[in-house]
Amino acid sequence: MAEPVEPTVPGWPEAADRKLIGQRIARLDGPAKASGNAKYTYDLKPQGMLWAKMLLCPHAHARIKTLDVAAAKAMPGVKAVFVIQKPGAEIQWAFDEVAAVAATSEAQAADAVKAIKIEYEVLPHFVTEEKLAGAPKVDPGEEEKEGDAEAALAAAEVRIKGSYSMPSVAHNCMEAHGQICHWTEPDHLTAWCSTQAVSGVASQLAKGLGIPAANVRVIADYVGGGFGSKFSVDRWGIVCAQLAKIAGAPVKLMLDRHAELTVAGDRPSAFAEIEVGAKKDGTLTAWVSKSWGSGGPGSAGDPPLPYVFQIPNRRHQHSAVPTHKASSRAWRAPNSPQGCYLSMSAIDDLAHALGMNPLDVVIQNLPLTGRLEKIYREELEVADQLMGWRQRWHPRGDAARGPVKRGLGLAIHTWGGRGHRSNCEVTIHPDATAEAKISTQDIGTGTRTVVAIVLADTLGLPLDAVQARIGDSRYPASGGSGGSTTVGGVSSATRRAALNALGQVFAKAAPALKAKPEELEAVEGKIRVKGAPERSMTWKQAMALFGRTPVTAAGANPGPGELTTSGVGGVQMADVAVDVETGVVKIQKMVAVQDCGLIVDLQTTESQVYGSLIMGISTALAEEKVTDPVTGITLNHDFETYRMAGIGDVGELVVRMMTGPGYDERGVIGVGEPPMVSPLAAIANAVTNAVGVRVPWVPLTPRRVLDALAANGANGGKAVA
Amino acid sequence: MATDGKEDDSPPGGGISRRDFLRGGAVAGALGSAGLLAGEIAEAARKNPAAAPDGMDVWGPGPVPVRLRVNNKAYDLKVEPRTTLLDVMREELELTGAKRVCDRGTCGACTVILDGKAVYACSQLAIDVQRQPIWTIESLGRPGRLHPLQAAFVEHDAQQCGFCTPGFVMAAKALLDHTPSPTLKDVHHGLSGNFCRCGTYAGMRLAVLAAAPLMGEEEEEEEEEKDVKDGKDDKDGRDVQGEDGARGARKKDKKKRRRGHG
Repeated sequence: MAEPVEPTVPGWPEAADRKLIGQRIARLDGPAKASGNAKYTYDLKPQGMLWAKMLLCPHAHARIKTLDVAAAKAMPGVKAVFVIQKPGAEIQWAFDEVAAVAATSEAQAADAVKAIKIEYEVLPHFVTEEKLAGAPKVDPGEEEKEGDAEAALAAAEVRIKGSYSMPSVAHNCMEAHGQICHWTEPDHLTAWCSTQAVSGVASQLAKGLGIPAANVRVIADYVGGGFGSKFSVDRWGIVCAQLAKIAGAPVKLMLDRHAELTVAGDRPSAFAEIEVGAKKDGTLTAWVSKSWGSGGPGSAGDPPLPYVFQIPNRRHQHSAVPTHKASSRAWRAPNSPQGCYLSMSAIDDLAHALGMNPLDVVIQNLPLTGRLEKIYREELEVADQLMGWRQRWHPRGDAARGPVKRGLGLAIHTWGGRGHRSNCEVTIHPDATAEAKISTQDIGTGTRTVVAIVLADTLGLPLDAVQARIGDSRYPASGGSGGSTTVGGVSSATRRAALNALGQVFAKAAPALKAKPEELEAVEGKIRVKGAPERSMTWKQAMALFGRTPVTAAGANPGPGELTTSGVGGVQMADVAVDVETGVVKIQKMVAVQDCGLIVDLQTTESQVYGSLIMGISTALAEEKVTDPVTGITLNHDFETYRMAGIGDVGELVVRMMTGPGYDERGVIGVGEPPMVSPLAAIANAVTNAVGVRVPWVPLTPRRVLDALAANGANGGKAVA
Repeated sequence: MATDGKEDDSPPGGGISRRDFLRGGAVAGALGSAGLLAGEIAEAARKNPAAAPDGMDVWGPGPVPVRLRVNNKAYDLKVEPRTTLLDVMREELELTGAKRVCDRGTCGACTVILDGKAVYACSQLAIDVQRQPIWTIESLGRPGRLHPLQAAFVEHDAQQCGFCTPGFVMAAKALLDHTPSPTLKDVHHGLSGNFCRCGTYAGMRLAVLAAAPLMGEEEEEEEEEKDVKDGKDDKDGRDVQGEDGARGARKKDKKKRRRGHG
């Protein structure tokens, strides 16, 4: 008998022992994606599949008076009709689902939806939350208070008062929300879902359909983006399953783009009136803010104000304004882009009132950022060098002649990110290949790749000897891809499972190598004695000790040892050119310096940061959901009118990840959210620095820039006596 | 339904007579490429046959025969005249690399190469594109033997969720076919008709610029062989340039590069 292995507390390998972890490794599913070989939910077509289409209410607030689906049922190709909301139901936002049809072809389903007869009683709606005074209902949140804000403000040597606004924006995933539902038996469902929560959606489907969760299988091999909008099965997921049940055939229901943009993703709007006070040296002493915003009928997000800087005397109160708009969804780094933009705009205006370089104001106040102070300090230094901030910064208003003005802006941000609950099962086969099974999903973040990297590096096997099996609810449960918790969760669970499997192998191999199990290591395809590499056996020889049976072990997060922690810091700087005659803003350069603890794959990590800069540029320059006050409908519900940044709009992008001592030992921390927080604030500050006046509304469209110039910055943050 | 997609050696438009084709094409062409509009007018014409212009056939609204040449294979199908090329590819031919995202000719996720040009497959009616050769992402490489452009997308991580990627690859292919040595500005222009939501433009710039010198190596070797067989002398690129300026220029460019690399 092999000696039992003493359980050791798992950790990450030391830098010298990391062969794959932290390297720049191309995502493993890259070839499948770049070749069009990857099959997303939208691409699948099980035998006999029907297409579903939904009737959506065109009114923001209405009651269904009559509903008649008889004609739709009689239309060619129609196999199922499902009434979602019956007469009498009150609709609370435009494009809410009323009824659905499944037919042999998509066109037939669309034709049948048109044949549904419906009458509404149109009710008054409210969709214009930007003016708090006009709101029929306001849900005031609790006041957050520290010290004596009013007294500190009165005593401040310099203070400013300003108003800042940002509208709601859409997630606009390239792959629309949707799924294919297939009943394999009367109470057994298989659903291919475009989701960022494979495990979670399986149980939501079971609950919604009243069947045992054990009978539901959810599959998501490839997902065309989520950004926080795809955690829920959504009502249309249940409807799809109901249609499939009625029709006795698999049904595909994907949202049309106008629905996707209207109801399937929304970041809450945010508006704030802020007063900030400081000493003449820039030390922040007082903060008073009132903010409001809407996330649809329920509560809106509450942006953290003041953001990052824990000003000793502060008071803040946020109000949610219910509107007749679809419910908001978590949008990368929920509430933080709002909190950062509102706060950093005010602090930038304060720096101007102080006559200080905003970089100096930020540095002066780093002690107010708590445990991230040292990280911010290092990152600001790196960002300063990459941007040439100190050489290039000028006081507000570019004095250069000509209409094109250049400006610099900066912002800093933080995020949590501790790994979520996750389970992994590792199998090592007799041929010395291995696989990790984990019911996570890869929404473009590189999850599949990091699982494989951790597995291979832990077992000392090459990457092509391992497989990451994800995207199936039959694998061990794992959390949704949200809050930058995925990489910490899945890599920790995979590491523990692989170490547990390795423990079994070491126990078997130790006697043959005349060593104790704890003296062994798995490196370069071999099991060998630490410090005596000549005493080794190949992985295949080791696996031969188990006969024909693979070795299997489980691992979970949380678990023994601390493999993932929380709290990262990042700094971003923007360089813009603004034409003050046309109002057009162009991004010249963005610098992002980001920390996220121990990096598993440098390339996909950097991609998250590049992606955040680009999505941030897009929201800063173009994105805004425009809701018509008269009809209550989102007017820009297509790609033509919901404008986003293209490849020529993003300027030069510089990304620098902070790694090494002081960073790596904090374990693996996610990075999908943090770099998404600052871009808007950094760009808004850069535009202000360029043109000399605050443009207090984003996105920074030509019209808004020109309006702010015409008003001579009257609406921005101003010094008050 | 699709035939099994055999190599196409028949003349284009073979499924219907040339006269029928021109008539059908004329009707569809006059209606533009808006699928719904075509469907509605066709339906109006069906209800009131007198509305059809004198001497013209009206197609649909039921399925009509269509022959497509996709990736050098012929497909004989029956589809409603309102059906887009994108939907035919995805629903009938199982070519799902081109994605449906905006379905309104804006996002570029459905980009294919039609007659040498990058077009939005969602904005082409299938009945309108029967004569032109259509190339899709599936005609490039597959995992294990990627086309250099696809390999560059992988290497430079010019993709995240990957849903827009096939469209970008095809737009980049069309760009490089016409502009073999693009500047960054050319890349921006060539890919300006496509959107990515994950924000992969930084990787795309690198990928397209890195792939440019690697493009068409295999194709060109084949071309050169063919030129030799055809008795063409392309020492100075003149004959080839005379026939096809872009190709000749690219070959010259390439020779220079080869020499440059020793």
